[in-house]
Amino acid sequence: MMAKKSTKDTALVSKKEWMIILGLVVLPFVFNFSTYVQGLLVIMMIWVMLGTSWNLLAGYTGLVSFGHAAYFGIGAYTGGLLFFHFHISPWWGLLLGGPAAVILGYLLGIMVFRLRGPYFALGTLASAEILRIVFGEEEWLTNGHNGILYITTWTTKYPYYFIGLVLALGSIFTVKAVMRAKAGYYFLSIREDEDAAQALGIDTMKYKNISTVLSTFWAGTAGAFYMIYMGFIDPEVVFALHNISIITILVGIIGGVGTIWGPALGAAVMVFVQEFFRSAFFGLAPSWVSRLHALAFGLLVIFVILYLAGGIVGDWDIIRKALRFKRKTEIAE
Amino acid sequence: MSILKVENLVKNFGGLMAVDHISFDINEGEIFGLIGPNGSGKTTTFNLINHYYPVSGGKIYFKGQDITDKKTFEIARLGIGRTFQVVKPLRRLTVEDNVMAAAFAREQSFAGARAVAKEMISFCRLDKWSEAIAGGLPIAGRKRLEIARALATRPSLLLLDETAAGLNPSELDEAIEIIINIRGKLGITIIIVEHIMKVIMSISDRIHAIAHGATIAEGKPEEVAKNPTVIEAYLGSDYNVENYLNA
Amino acid sequence: MELFLQTLVAGTLIGGLYAIIGIGMTLIMGVMGIINLAHGQILMVAMYITWVLWQYLGIDPYIGIIVAVPVVFYLGEGITKYLLHPLMEKDSIIPENQVLMTVGIGMVLVELVRSIFSSDYRSVQTSYTESIWRIGHISLSVPMVIAFVVALLLTLGLFLLLIRTDLGRSIRATAQDKDAAILMGVSAEKITILTFGIGSALTAAAGSLFLPIYYLYPDLGPIFTVKAFVITILGGLGSTVGAIAGGLVLGIAETFGATYISMGYRDAVGLVIFLLVLIFFPGGLKRLTKI
Repeated sequence: MMAKKSTKDTALVSKKEWMIILGLVVLPFVFNFSTYVQGLLVIMMIWVMLGTSWNLLAGYTGLVSFGHAAYFGIGAYTGGLLFFHFHISPWWGLLLGGPAAVILGYLLGIMVFRLRGPYFALGTLASAEILRIVFGEEEWLTNGHNGILYITTWTTKYPYYFIGLVLALGSIFTVKAVMRAKAGYYFLSIREDEDAAQALGIDTMKYKNISTVLSTFWAGTAGAFYMIYMGFIDPEVVFALHNISIITILVGIIGGVGTIWGPALGAAVMVFVQEFFRSAFFGLAPSWVSRLHALAFGLLVIFVILYLAGGIVGDWDIIRKALRFKRKTEIAE
Repeated sequence: MSILKVENLVKNFGGLMAVDHISFDINEGEIFGLIGPNGSGKTTTFNLINHYYPVSGGKIYFKGQDITDKKTFEIARLGIGRTFQVVKPLRRLTVEDNVMAAAFAREQSFAGARAVAKEMISFCRLDKWSEAIAGGLPIAGRKRLEIARALATRPSLLLLDETAAGLNPSELDEAIEIIINIRGKLGITIIIVEHIMKVIMSISDRIHAIAHGATIAEGKPEEVAKNPTVIEAYLGSDYNVENYLNA
Repeated sequence: MELFLQTLVAGTLIGGLYAIIGIGMTLIMGVMGIINLAHGQILMVAMYITWVLWQYLGIDPYIGIIVAVPVVFYLGEGITKYLLHPLMEKDSIIPENQVLMTVGIGMVLVELVRSIFSSDYRSVQTSYTESIWRIGHISLSVPMVIAFVVALLLTLGLFLLLIRTDLGRSIRATAQDKDAAILMGVSAEKITILTFGIGSALTAAAGSLFLPIYYLYPDLGPIFTVKAFVITILGGLGSTVGAIAGGLVLGIAETFGATYISMGYRDAVGLVIFLLVLIFFPGGLKRLTKI
């Protein structure tokens, strides 16, 4: 909330943000990244989209979804199924994946919006799990566990990086724009106290749906982009409880729930921490360290929840103070 | 002219009659007091009027329109604002953002909502807390924030639920002044539930007393104060409301 | 008809194990008001402890329980004391902070196990693993029957604890109305920590009992976490009797789903029932029994 005051009267894209965008655009021209690192950057963009999408629903509207894989998966399968059944280019999925996820979100919303708090979490989790199982079993429709394979358009990664960057920024600034408008105030009201929100004349059901539409659109688009980039999907991957739904939440938590740039930073931190360990501290540590990459991320999650409840962005002041304090003591010594 | 008319309102919680055939008719521009001992059904009556609970029986008319089955948010849109006895601020937002969220009920633009919010914040004398996080306000501030938010929705009828509870004497005087101004300057009709007799007796035009969910008296404050049934309901038979007033 | 009876019996036996997993979860949910998304991962840890004892020391899984249960009990207590309880006073935007913490804990448990034992599938081969008792045309897997009986005994023991002891009364009081219990002088922290310990111990027992029947791998946990909350919602939150009924219903429903629909839909059956109960019958079976 602290950040919002200062952005109220300013442009949608602040000076600082233009700098970040510029930095991300020139990044591949400045550094000569290996194909592997390029791939990581693309994956990071997908996590930015997913985390940002989840954050709008959970962080700003208070609807803590534990089933974002449902929308990601549907987005991925929209393009995938069009290709599998009709040999239409999966690129159409990039247009249609979002809307497909919105439709699913609306249908699931009819069921799960009756639930509050932990029941909502469980309801969304169960919905995504059911979809995972159904998509695995109904082979006539989805090719089941064999998945759907598509030869990707480009072998080089940079086109994907720039498309991913545009989409990721699209998701971030969608959220930023909405949070500066009436709808944003209504989302926050619903998050803080649903009863009070209704007494203020807010049609809470309608605004929960609006938040869901925006959130699921970007989750679905992320899924569609994943399909195009990876060239392969199967239900266990795109509807995964842990690897999609849960990691999406953790990306949001680490970066900062209810902040515009939190999930994006969370995505970057997650990818970096995992790679840092996977590469055994860039080859400096013995190779067994590489097995600890997921463990390290899990420990980071526990640390953040314990000590930085607002995430890196939300609790930036605390982090800064801690760092400054350290520096001062160093000088004193 | 009648602004709110309640006819034979009934609310059952399981076997418990929380509200038992209550009727009243409030005129535009009135300050209407609703009194009764703890658990007599005052807050429940509010919760029925703004459809926080559905009614078990009876009808509610607002400006002649039947609103019995309307949803909470629709009732707020029609022009009935309310405060909560247990205050419900949007805790992590600033006072101004709290009031802005309410102002969007009538305003579409950011600037418009902010203008209304500013107006209501100074009306409720919250200026010095305008940038403070609502969750950290002292009780007097939170009570007034409730009022400011309700006012920002531009109601023509305001339900005030114990907005004076927990205040010290000087805060109390300020609260009374604000309530009187709501009618005087904004022309809003008020129904007020209050435990502090000093407040309700001094500002109400008419008072409706209930006990165990049922009406026991209605009339001018001085009439109700002398009503033996009211005295007994409140304090037992050998007590006098005058003493209570002066206490 | 034989197939029907066979399915019913198999479902009931597995339901007994589900019941103690569910009781563990329902106690935690009732007392702490949170869902524990590490419940199945704790079960997985218990299975690995039992497996290690069998693999390296040759200790029979049914004796291994005696080690695994207390170890996991203290693991559960430690988790609550150092990781979950400190979050109680912290303000966070998402009220599900403790739930997210259990996610992190679950992840760390899985990865810890994976880094030690790798992702390979393990299993225990004992003399009785494959043995079967026959009653008429119905066959009963011996380890399933043993598991069912032990689960039954544990449930009885837990009931005695909950009903007959002061401690049990405190736990039940806290589960029903936390604020009131605190006012009555119950130490919420102590009860919370203990309850998480007991809940973990119960699911640990289930894990050890599962070992002779199931394969073991680090990612086994989430399946059981999901089952546990399905049972809990089915039975009605905080109700131990409900959890037993929920466990049996889930066991039987899954087995019938696997037999009559398809093996792949086995896990979906529970989830669909769960969603239906959650939406159309909130309160679960508890509402029927009033217990």
